[in-house]
Amino acid sequence: MPAVSKGDGMRGLAVFISDIRNCKSKEAEIKRINKELANIRSKFKGDKALDGYSKKKYVCKLLFIFLLGHDIDFGHMEAVNLLSSNKYTEKQIGYLFISVLVNSNSELIRLINNAIKNDLSSRNPTFMCLALHCIANVGSREMAEAFAGEIPRILVAGDTMDSVKQSAALCLLRLYKASPDLVLMGEWTSRVVHLLNDQHMGVVTAAISLITCLSSKNPDEFKTCVSLAVSRLSRIVSSASTDLQDYTYYFVPAPWLSCKLLRLLQCYPPPEDGAVKGRLVECLETILNKAQEPPKSKKVQHSNAKNAILFEAISLIIHYDSEPNLLVRACNQLGQFLQHRETNLRYLALESMCTLASSEFSHEAVKTHIETVINALKTERDVSVRQRAADLLYAMCDRSNAKQIVAEMLSYLETADYSIREEMVLKVAILAEKYAVDYSWYVDTILNLIRIAGDYVSEEVWYRVIQIVINRDDVQGYAAKTVFEALQAPACHENMVKVGGYILGEFGNLIAGDPRSSPLVQFNLLHSKFHLCSVPTRALLLSAYIKFINLFPETKATIQEVLRSDSQIRNSDVELQQRAVEYLKLSSIASTDVLATVLEEMPPFPERESSILAKLKKKKGPGAVSVELEDGKERGDYLSHSNGSSTPSPSADLLGLRSTAPASGATPSAGSLLVDVFSEAGPSATSAGVNDDGFLRFVCKNNGVLFENQLLQIGIKSEYRQNLGRMYLFYGNKTSVQFVSFNTTVSCPGELQSHILQLEPLVEGGAQVQQVINIECLTDFIDAPLLNIKFRYGGALQNISLKLPVTINKFFQPTEMAAADFFQRWKQLSQPQQEAQKIFKASHGMDTEVLKAKLLGLGTALLENVDPNPENYVCAGVIQTKAQQVGCLLRLEPNAQAQMYRLTLRSSKDTVSQRVCDLLAEQF
Amino acid sequence: MIGGLFIYNHKGEVLISRVYRDDIGKGPFPNCFHKVGCTESYRMRNAVDAFRVNVIHARQQVRSPVTNIARTSFFHVKRSNIWLAAVTKQNVNAAMVFEFLYKMCDVMTAYFGKISEENIKNNFVLIYELLDEILDFGYPQNSETGALKTFITQTGIKSQSKEEQSQITSQVTGQIGWRREGIKYRRNELFLDVLESVNLLMSPQGQVLSAHVSGRVVMKSYLSGMPECKFGMNDKIVIDKQGKGGATEEQSIAIDDCTFHQCVRLSKFDAERSISFIPPDGECELMRYRTTKDIILPFRVIPLVREVGRTKLEVKVVIKSNFKPSLLAQKIEVRIPTPLNTSGVQVICMKGKAKYKASENAIVWKIKRMAGMKESQISAEIELLPTNDKKKWARPPISMNFEVPFAPSGLKVRYLKVFEPKLNYSDHDVIKWVRYIGRSGIYETRC
Repeated sequence: MPAVSKGDGMRGLAVFISDIRNCKSKEAEIKRINKELANIRSKFKGDKALDGYSKKKYVCKLLFIFLLGHDIDFGHMEAVNLLSSNKYTEKQIGYLFISVLVNSNSELIRLINNAIKNDLSSRNPTFMCLALHCIANVGSREMAEAFAGEIPRILVAGDTMDSVKQSAALCLLRLYKASPDLVLMGEWTSRVVHLLNDQHMGVVTAAISLITCLSSKNPDEFKTCVSLAVSRLSRIVSSASTDLQDYTYYFVPAPWLSCKLLRLLQCYPPPEDGAVKGRLVECLETILNKAQEPPKSKKVQHSNAKNAILFEAISLIIHYDSEPNLLVRACNQLGQFLQHRETNLRYLALESMCTLASSEFSHEAVKTHIETVINALKTERDVSVRQRAADLLYAMCDRSNAKQIVAEMLSYLETADYSIREEMVLKVAILAEKYAVDYSWYVDTILNLIRIAGDYVSEEVWYRVIQIVINRDDVQGYAAKTVFEALQAPACHENMVKVGGYILGEFGNLIAGDPRSSPLVQFNLLHSKFHLCSVPTRALLLSAYIKFINLFPETKATIQEVLRSDSQIRNSDVELQQRAVEYLKLSSIASTDVLATVLEEMPPFPERESSILAKLKKKKGPGAVSVELEDGKERGDYLSHSNGSSTPSPSADLLGLRSTAPASGATPSAGSLLVDVFSEAGPSATSAGVNDDGFLRFVCKNNGVLFENQLLQIGIKSEYRQNLGRMYLFYGNKTSVQFVSFNTTVSCPGELQSHILQLEPLVEGGAQVQQVINIECLTDFIDAPLLNIKFRYGGALQNISLKLPVTINKFFQPTEMAAADFFQRWKQLSQPQQEAQKIFKASHGMDTEVLKAKLLGLGTALLENVDPNPENYVCAGVIQTKAQQVGCLLRLEPNAQAQMYRLTLRSSKDTVSQRVCDLLAEQF
Repeated sequence: MIGGLFIYNHKGEVLISRVYRDDIGKGPFPNCFHKVGCTESYRMRNAVDAFRVNVIHARQQVRSPVTNIARTSFFHVKRSNIWLAAVTKQNVNAAMVFEFLYKMCDVMTAYFGKISEENIKNNFVLIYELLDEILDFGYPQNSETGALKTFITQTGIKSQSKEEQSQITSQVTGQIGWRREGIKYRRNELFLDVLESVNLLMSPQGQVLSAHVSGRVVMKSYLSGMPECKFGMNDKIVIDKQGKGGATEEQSIAIDDCTFHQCVRLSKFDAERSISFIPPDGECELMRYRTTKDIILPFRVIPLVREVGRTKLEVKVVIKSNFKPSLLAQKIEVRIPTPLNTSGVQVICMKGKAKYKASENAIVWKIKRMAGMKESQISAEIELLPTNDKKKWARPPISMNFEVPFAPSGLKVRYLKVFEPKLNYSDHDVIKWVRYIGRSGIYETRC
């Protein structure tokens, strides 16, 4: 290389880069790179030592080549050598190369770690920063293992420079995010929290990011940060705009820091200390006041910074949800933003208002903005803002304004953007159902919905309308009439045909009196749509026809004619053909009485959670739906009320033919045939379904029969102590033939550990063998371990998978306590995520003794004379796991009139509350 | 049929865009921004962008000449830095599309020389004019340069007389569209070039793994009137047929497949296997053919590679020429690939010049001339830089370029007879020149 000025500018590098940029084609570029690589290789060959400058230059070139997308397989050693240089630029390039190119399994990692260690222990702040940045950039597990102990020490050491502290805090944050188990704060916790008091604002800003992350994982350890954060916040808020000098951004004092502080506070419940709370409320008020002040600058940065703090403050207010005054003020402030010029502000205002609407204090205040929001929905140009407006409308809806809002949303739906239509449809359907005073209004709304946006109406929506019509006697006639009218439109959506077919099939008789809708007219109307529909709809229509035969014997001849036609009875679709054949036979063979029994009106559906809501939840993720109808019970397809197993088409099940008429339905005969086939081949096909409720039976008891089929019976006996359990499984061979290569395995979720004692591979006919499984609970868990049993019976391999009835409550240790004690603990566990609540209908009798036995069986202590209402039950227990003990309080409030229960669980760990609550809700 | 034709530069910018059918815009193309309800021209942009994003700027180099994106086929050829892409939504004959693209390249070269971005930008009016002529609603039309040059000229607007115009019309639409009537030369001359490229892949032990020759017979004719020509060569089938009568010592060759210029009467070829035609004026490619049997391999490469430890490699390559000593091969170039971690190379060669070209990761050995039945050798020491990569060097084959003055397939021109009954010159009056050139195609030996 020619001798160039050995300053910071590397001329060779600049020339190389400009050469590359001037390349006309990819080929030319590759040629240039190959040439350069050969040059670098010849330099690195090691004949003569290179000086630091050229080493740096070549490493830089390699880096550049790598970033262009070419493989680099040498030069690592030179880069590592650069690390030990004393020149900043050389060290910097070395670190850069390492963070970009070195992968963790390289053998160089030891050398690199050594160099980093040297730099960390040097007194030179820039070198320390470089090393920290490298650790953070690589951020691998190995890095965390090597340095997770070192960095907190640097972070809290008194003599560390401020800039290094900042880097250390952020580096630690990165490591913590990558591998949380390796970063243990332990003894450093309080000193890290006290960084909030640091003189240097930069350090505080960096530290607060770390603290926010750490405290969201273990809030208890960092509790002390609340008061410190509040005082810091109040100092910033009350400072004049010039006080903070470097940290004042367009007249706003330390906006980033304020936002982060406010966000940190959102990890915690409102401070209990009155003084701290007062100070915080004062701060929040000041922030709200400042929002009203005229802007100090016309610059957009000024208003952005100000609004950022304001929005963060508002979300804190919403999070606390305890200061009516502040909530209303926040709402008013947001109301002003609703008509702001800035689209982003409108969006954010709508979004925040959504959450405000769910608070009881501010719900009314939000409602005052209804006109503005509706206007936004109609006139807003940005689709995402319109979406927020729709969300807010949904959130602010209640009985008083439901009709207005639903009407507005329906009318908007006609012009709505395609991307949000499906969600809008779901929301309209939910609101209509939830706030329906008058079910004819509900039916109208949903039919309108199908008419306007049929393509976006999912199955759940029309299932739901049918369910409601079936369950409500008063609306059936009206529904039949409306559906009949709707079907008269020349072009109907298929969903409309489905609803029409179903409802007319059930309740067509209610409108048959009118000559304009005589049975034959009804039938012809339905049949005119038949050929335009898809196969499932046609299947449904066929079922509707057979129902017509029952309802109106006078249509029998016409319908039989239709069923007999080649296009039905020889349809290429098996389902349709089978239905046509079977319905035809049924109608011609069965007497009227039989027909009437078989095709009886559908029984009412059991009340379940609206599956529409479940769908909306699934679509948007938890938390997005701010209006809770009621706490969800087991989510399931409410259509499968007759039998739980899979159905080939929903419409078959919808008509309930399976349970009422075994001979008539298309599926039952095939289904039972299948069962027979399977029971010959192997019982595994039927086992899965049986076990699930078998599993639930064992939540409150420890002994019993876990599983049984034609071949095998499995009994279970289990005992638990602390976090350990022992389970005895008894396998009984019910046949007279021996089972060969009998083998069992247990697959545990990670939170459990199990040890299984293996058995002899032979089980004689009629014999019983015993197997012991030892279980250790490491930490709380949800999934039960799976027991897999394999054996050969008469040559055929049998495979059975069972859920072992190991549930979290098995590790309960009962705790007795007095009333005062109980309520004190109850209050301590007041955070929303610590509580799990369910309201559900009793599925068994509400016998007191049975209830008590079940609660005791759960493993908790039943506390007498604690709850003021003697009807209620309260229990307490501690779940013992290896990692920790989780205290758990339970309250069960039966309501004998409504046959309902309310179950509330509070525990120090949210997953535990939720799991125990889920388990227990299935038991009563 | 071809829905559209685009020419891109190496950056993927569109230089020429001609759309023949609307269907090609109806993506939806992945990776391309598109909106519901946009205009037709906007959608067309999508097709254009799709090719740019998915082929020209693709992460991995796209090697297939046909790319299917969202049910739309893109056929491309690349000339230096220029991409020509034909786009279609239909199930077209891919060979036809490529033939057309090559023809188009030929036409453009004939009009303005090398196909480069500069030239295309300078001639874009001409190119659109040509495209109008050679492609109609996506169907290829007459793309004979000679014929095109009669009515698409570069010399500004020259108002043609009625007669001239009607003459052009009758010629273009007539039976012999490639030659106009009334051509007169004082000296009737005819040049015939047999150009062949020989392809080879050989194992290190000298076993032929695959070899074929693809050749072209290019004819340049300056003949008066409408001469009827007949071309004869040592085609095995023809020789065998004649062989029954008289004894021939001539070697005959087996042609695997061949294609002809449109002027050749195919019916006659099918029936009698004789090649007769009325040639276009000037240059044309009379036929293309391919042979795989009895190929004369002009050079033999004997490689010897020895790895000495992890940091050194010794290479010795011997080349032997394998043809008559009186003939001279030219422009010989042997390319010996070097490993990717080469840090230095020392070369010694007896003849020619050898150099390590780092930019191509190869040692290039050039010899200007070499007579037949000779031998020459090169030896090189390659120093390697130890890497932490455990990948072994893949040892790409040694490739070779050369030019020899004979046809490696063994093809010989036996005769080319010219008959022009209307004018008074006979076959003997025509001056004929025949030249054979054999070049290397992909001529590789594994090492």
